[in-house]
Amino acid sequence: MSTAIELRGVTKRFGNTEIIRGVDLAVPRGERHAIIGPNGAGKSTLFNLISGRYPLSHGDILLNGESVSGLKPFQINRKGLSRSFQVTNIFQRMSVFENIRCAVLWTLGYKYSFWHRLGGLKDANLHAEEVMESIGLKARRDTPAGVLSYAEQRALEIGVTIAGGAEVILLDEPTAGMSRTETSDAVELIRKVSQGKTLIMVEHDMGVVFDLADKISVLVYGEVIASDVPDNIRGNKAVQEAYLGTEAH
Amino acid sequence: MEFFLISMLNSVSYGLLLFMLSSGLTIIFSMMGVLNFAHASFYMIGAYFAYQLSGWLGFWPALVCAPLLVGIVGMAVERYGLRTVHKYGHVAELLFTFGLAYLIEEAVHLIWGRSSVPYVIPPSLEGAAFTLFSTDYPLYRVFMMVVSVSMLIGIYLTLTRSRIGLVIQAALTHPQTVETLGHNVPRVFMLVFGGGSALAGLAGVIGGNAFITEPGMAAAVGPIVFVVVVVGGMGSLAGAFLASLLIGTLQTFSVALDYSFADLLAKLGISIGPDTPLAALWDLTIAQTGPVLPYLLMVLMLIFRPKGILGTREG
Amino acid sequence: MAKLKYRPINLGRWLVWGGTALVMIILPLILTAGFTLTLLSQIGVGIIFALSYNMLLGQGGMLSFGHAVYSGLGAYFTVHALNLISQGAFHFPVTLAPIIGGLAGATFGVIFGYVTTKKAGTTFAMISLGIGEMVFACSLMFAGFFGGEAGVSTNRVMGQSFLGITYGPSIQVYYLIVGWALVCMAAMYAWTQTPLGRMANAVRDNPERAEFVGYDTHMVRFLTLVLSGFFAGIAGGLSCINYEIVTAENVGAAASGGVLIATFIGGAGFFFGPIIGTIVFFTMVTAVGAMTKAWLFYLGLLFLIMVLYAPGGFASLILMHVPVIKARLMRRLLLPYAAALVTGAVLMAGLVSVVEMTYHFSLEAGTAPGMKLFGFAFNVTSATPWTVAVGLLIGGFVISRFAWAAVGRAWADIVHILQDRAVV
Ligand SMILES: Nc1ncnc2c1ncn2[C@@H]1O[C@H](COP(=O)(O)OP(=O)(O)O)[C@@H](O)[C@H]1O
Ligand SMILES: [Mg+2]
Repeated sequence: MSTAIELRGVTKRFGNTEIIRGVDLAVPRGERHAIIGPNGAGKSTLFNLISGRYPLSHGDILLNGESVSGLKPFQINRKGLSRSFQVTNIFQRMSVFENIRCAVLWTLGYKYSFWHRLGGLKDANLHAEEVMESIGLKARRDTPAGVLSYAEQRALEIGVTIAGGAEVILLDEPTAGMSRTETSDAVELIRKVSQGKTLIMVEHDMGVVFDLADKISVLVYGEVIASDVPDNIRGNKAVQEAYLGTEAH
Repeated sequence: MEFFLISMLNSVSYGLLLFMLSSGLTIIFSMMGVLNFAHASFYMIGAYFAYQLSGWLGFWPALVCAPLLVGIVGMAVERYGLRTVHKYGHVAELLFTFGLAYLIEEAVHLIWGRSSVPYVIPPSLEGAAFTLFSTDYPLYRVFMMVVSVSMLIGIYLTLTRSRIGLVIQAALTHPQTVETLGHNVPRVFMLVFGGGSALAGLAGVIGGNAFITEPGMAAAVGPIVFVVVVVGGMGSLAGAFLASLLIGTLQTFSVALDYSFADLLAKLGISIGPDTPLAALWDLTIAQTGPVLPYLLMVLMLIFRPKGILGTREG
Repeated sequence: MAKLKYRPINLGRWLVWGGTALVMIILPLILTAGFTLTLLSQIGVGIIFALSYNMLLGQGGMLSFGHAVYSGLGAYFTVHALNLISQGAFHFPVTLAPIIGGLAGATFGVIFGYVTTKKAGTTFAMISLGIGEMVFACSLMFAGFFGGEAGVSTNRVMGQSFLGITYGPSIQVYYLIVGWALVCMAAMYAWTQTPLGRMANAVRDNPERAEFVGYDTHMVRFLTLVLSGFFAGIAGGLSCINYEIVTAENVGAAASGGVLIATFIGGAGFFFGPIIGTIVFFTMVTAVGAMTKAWLFYLGLLFLIMVLYAPGGFASLILMHVPVIKARLMRRLLLPYAAALVTGAVLMAGLVSVVEMTYHFSLEAGTAPGMKLFGFAFNVTSATPWTVAVGLLIGGFVISRFAWAAVGRAWADIVHILQDRAVV
């Protein structure tokens, strides 16, 4: 199995504080990998580094064996990596359908075209409809994203993330703030859309993590203190002390 | 040498005036995120108020009262205008100040007419301060520098010694933290906007009679002040200071140099005739290119160093 | 800010476009007063210019203070091209000459746009202003190209007449403008329905997310600006044919400010907003400008009031009534509106009096203190008219606040009713 994402000594400083302190991590292609850790551990920051939102202070990040550090977010996205955000980050004034269509245009090769009519783009429209179906928002097709319910917005966030067909998907706390039934719907959705892809997700809900993940990494104070299969993580002393013990879920 | 020294002094006095304008603009921008398009309009009404008040009360009372009045106008603008559009975002705020600049210019037309007003240097400040080689250096220029430098020290002390100054400083480095400081943010905004306007007004009081007080003065100096802020680095007071002096120097010297590029090339033994390609370009004198230079500098800065001389943020 | 949306096959769309074309064609046949043709031509050119401006402001979220650079340079290139054509340097039909302006506009869009579009928001606004000032300063430097104070003039009548079209009479120029305006309107509307057009909206709303779905926001803004410069250049070319002269004013700050004001008061959030804005703007400039020298003041005031209280422009003011009319609730608004109108008229009368009297006072209090306003003749140096005017102003202000409070209550009721019905 080849490696989809590899982090080598990744370090990030904000001013004088080192938030990410030399993270090494390799995620093989096709794996569902969860990152857990207490609040403020640097999980979102790690995603921001991988996806090109922030520049690295040190180290290197490889996507399919190719260094992507220093690239802009859109360049990394074009290489097949897509991410969602912890705080919903969609096109609030556009409809659900438009949101998803915007997310498929680049990969389908329409790029900066001003000579195609959107209404005539059969593949883009069809694909957007399919994605909408799979995230369960078909009934809300023409609703502006800004007026959707919280859970619906989170689903759309995932939809926008996966619509472009990226091979590597990063989801930042996809189920945070959801009710129990919403969460189990979201888990099924994530399982479905990450079929055959590489998934890295930050998640606080241990039920979701142990349900979905092939492998779990524990991030504490910017360092990976353990990276293993779920059963071993459950029994890991250091992890229990540093994380599971202190955070009562 | 003489030319150089005199021009240098003029550059500094003009640069300091620019800094009085750009410092207020920078502080307002850093704290409130508002790019005040009407900033130069406050400069203009400062000059007009001073003209009117010095007719009634004399120059010295006007020097104090006019900036205060401008500051009050600024506070009213913030309280009843900007605060209303704040919820629509920064672009709406910018549009508001754009409309305001428009309206102020027209109001000046209405009240003081379309041509310049005779706002003159008071007799006590006429005459020469000293003689440099063979040139008398005007006392008023020296006075301008004294006022600007006192103002500079005043700003410095306010920023470093007073409570509101510390809030402003915090806002300059970490704009997003102002709200967390627990201050009455709207009131701080109003004071800052009023203070910045008063500074611009003061610049108008001492600049209006040194140059000329006319309805076009805001539109003439406004874009230059923007250039200063971009070149210095958005949100950096020290950058604005350097850029003010730089642009002051650039403008003062370029106006005084009556050589063309063709002259320059002729000295190098290359002759330029009307048939040479780009003849129009070579025949320009440096004085003619003067008005373009600040903008050219801005464009070059944006290409090669987008965050400005001392800026930390890229836009 | 919602957008006007049409289904692929839509009778309404044909009606709107057909109706627009028809109105533009028959208007000069109905309105035959001397100035109307001038005004209509101005509006036609202005619509293209404002729509091109709205590609930036409305569609792309870029507030430009220097858009006249593109129309103005387009006009200059057209005027030089026309002069060359009439000297026989090359052959090109006058009918298509605006395309030269368009290409010039697009070319300068490529040159300046690369720098200006790196950032949106305030930075873009500031730099667009700087570029505008730079080009204006250049126009004073290069008298050869820009024609100095006098500008560059040309003669649009040249060559053989084709089917009687010489562009001598201004009605022929008007129809040339109408033709171009319709083509440009359709093209710019079509642009909003393309991938680039949609991504311009996306970049306007959330540039960060746009980057994470694969789009370079700088590139999207840059291409949008180039296309916008193209249409602005066409508008410039048409104005050159219309006036047969181009001066430095064409690239100046006033022209840039004018198109911003027209677009904004019309409504930048709607495709047709700038069209309404242009009509209002030029009608106001012509009508109010004919009545008073203070017209710029009133225009600025209108703009400021719109920024403060109706940031969606006239288009949103119109559209917000559509659901109310559909729900047959309009009558609830009639009384409050009437009250607002009457009290507003009092306020306006006070304001206009004060402004006009101030103007008269500052201009000719010494020489000709007598003036006439609303049919009353009075002496501007006496106290009575001032008392009346200020009284009207203050009184009007107070009573119109009551009227507007009533309008607000009526609207709150209507929103309530509409929400209740939507739930049921
Ligand atoms: N842009 C930033 N500037 C400064 N500090 C930041 C920034 N982003 C995150 N941090 C800090 O980094 C730490 C980790 O944050 P984050 O990655 O969001 O944690 P997590 O997602 O694990 O809860 C926090 O202490 C946060 O304050
Ligand atoms: Mg997080």
